[in-house]
Amino acid sequence: MPEIVVESHPIDTVFRTDRLPHIFCPGCGIGPATHAYAQAILESGIPKDQHACVSGIGCTARVPGYMDVDSYHTTHGRSIPFALAIALVKPEMEVTVFSGDGDLFGIGGNHFIHAARRNVDINIICINNFNYGMTGGQAGPTLPLGARATTAPYGNTEPPFNLPYLAAATGAVFVARWTALHVRQLKEAMLRAMQKKGFTFIEVLSPCPVGFGSPNDIGDAIEEVWLYRERCVVNHDAYLPDLEIDLRRKDVPFVMGNFLDIEKEPFDPLAMMKNKGE
Amino acid sequence: MAAVLSRQPLDKATVSIPLGRIYIIPERCKGCRFCIDFCPRDVLVETTEMNAKGYHYPIVAEGKEDECIACQFCSILCPEFAIYTEEIVEEETAK
Ligand SMILES: Cc1ncc(C[n+]2csc(CCOP(=O)(O)OP(=O)(O)O)c2C)c(N)n1
Ligand code: SF4
Ligand code: SF4
Ligand code: SF4
Ligand SMILES: [Mg+2]
Repeated sequence: MPEIVVESHPIDTVFRTDRLPHIFCPGCGIGPATHAYAQAILESGIPKDQHACVSGIGCTARVPGYMDVDSYHTTHGRSIPFALAIALVKPEMEVTVFSGDGDLFGIGGNHFIHAARRNVDINIICINNFNYGMTGGQAGPTLPLGARATTAPYGNTEPPFNLPYLAAATGAVFVARWTALHVRQLKEAMLRAMQKKGFTFIEVLSPCPVGFGSPNDIGDAIEEVWLYRERCVVNHDAYLPDLEIDLRRKDVPFVMGNFLDIEKEPFDPLAMMKNKGE
Repeated sequence: MAAVLSRQPLDKATVSIPLGRIYIIPERCKGCRFCIDFCPRDVLVETTEMNAKGYHYPIVAEGKEDECIACQFCSILCPEFAIYTEEIVEEETAK
């Protein structure tokens, strides 16, 4: 049967189609991750008008602008304080922060650790493309050792953050890492995060052919995806300190999985105050 | 050299491989080739034609018309929401 040319997609119900096509470069991993998020919204059983999507600034941070849910494109690094406020004032909302590694862990790092510590009931989806994509490929807090960026032309000398380890250590109740190619596992992890009360964290290793691929001699997006695919191992029980990503050491795999899934009382200061007054 | 299978799955007679129909929105495609490279059945190829932005979108390869198994991997992977598939249901195929 030959292909049939059409004008719309069944997933369009979750998108603001008048804004499509999106601004992302060909093969950018933000697209598949957004698709997984849209699919998770559809399958979550939570009505669309009870989902909120919040971001800071960056390429990734453009995502809420395409979602047909309540969405907020906030200032650089400040997505988490906005999300926290929504979650506290409107507990019926399913609040998801969708933002980049630079936004969440560079300028916004302090918000992340304290929201995790308090176990605020929000989901964090971090597109980790190892660089500041939007502003021209600068080095960020996840750039692997030795990898090049426009501000690290001789190779990065700073040890990067190990994000799943950081999230688990600071208090998250669900922690996962997948690549942008693991769209099904990613969608399942997002669904689990939406079901859970408390602070959840999903890292998505994502190709950025422009900002990260090009200075690191990776030809195009598909080559970057193959590189991750070839080095990936899935180990849900991995020892989190071992999850560091080192591109130079071919003997060290990139470990994927749903690493942590625990129950803990979510942050609810309003309820605590009410109980005190009685 | 095709390997000859001497053993068959026990439920082979009752299980039928789904057949998929592929829908494409050419104007959304940015030619990343994800759908083409990662289709488990190698169903898709690039067109020689271009869309308005100059990208070669995917079409069904010659001879692969009945190969799509409607696994939907291309659909969920496509960064542009430019392709999806549907399983063709029994009654329809019987016609
Ligand atoms: C206060 C402030 N400082 C700096 C910037 C410039 N800036 C815009 S996006 C960005 C980094 C985004 O990186 P990341 O979060 O990794 O997103 P990506 O583009 O890689 O998806 C920076 C530094 C800004 N917009 N505002
Ligand atoms: S610069 Fe990188 S992160 Fe930004 S849209 Fe392009 S590929 Fe994606
Ligand atoms: S649905 Fe699966 S088999 Fe069919 S074209 Fe897409 S990836 Fe290939
Ligand atoms: S995955 Fe989507 S954007 Fe990429 S080539 Fe296929 S249809 Fe085009
Ligand atoms: Mg980034």
